[in-house]
Amino acid sequence: MTLNLLEIAAFLLVGMALLLGLLRLVLGPGAADRIVAADTLSVTATAGIAGFALFYDTPLYLDVALVFGVLAFVFVVAIARTIEANRPGADMEEQA
Amino acid sequence: MRLIGDLFLLLGATFLALGALGIVRMPDVYNRIQAGTKSVTLGAVSFLLGVALVHPAWWAKVLCIAGFILFTSPVGSSTIARALFQAGVRPWRADDGGAPAPAARQLPDASGPSATES
Repeated sequence: MTLNLLEIAAFLLVGMALLLGLLRLVLGPGAADRIVAADTLSVTATAGIAGFALFYDTPLYLDVALVFGVLAFVFVVAIARTIEANRPGADMEEQA
Repeated sequence: MRLIGDLFLLLGATFLALGALGIVRMPDVYNRIQAGTKSVTLGAVSFLLGVALVHPAWWAKVLCIAGFILFTSPVGSSTIARALFQAGVRPWRADDGGAPAPAARQLPDASGPSATES
């Protein structure tokens, strides 16, 4: 569909959000900052994929966005569990 | 209807950009979690509401995505914050001299094989 000025501005802002999140993902001083950036980036990318559905005028991308959101949530919880299991006072028998 | 949807799209994209700016600008990992989660959740839900207003035939799927984001984004961020706190990352304090939190760098990189040795 043809975009008007408001939609062009909205898509540019979403692209800027993705670039800024990617900047923190690349520059992040530790693993924690990268994980937080990846979490934020996944939610932003879900909204961006819904924007793709609007841009290409097909509802197929909404399914893509839904599956991407589910997988991103599983990824975030798995990484958080990994950090929690690696904390300094954790013993091996606690993880069972 | 299209104009209202476009306004919601622009509002959501603005909040997404501000959340990403907070991710870049905030001094500590906990501040980054706050900025990222709250602003980006509102931005994403508003953006999806804009998509549903521009194309009213897609409202069911868009409602599924928006509800899922609304439920899982705070849960994911809370899980990350709890894991980081239990991993020993201390919150940043303003009397540290304004430097970025040194404790955020003490977490071993999870991608390395040395992360499992402790």
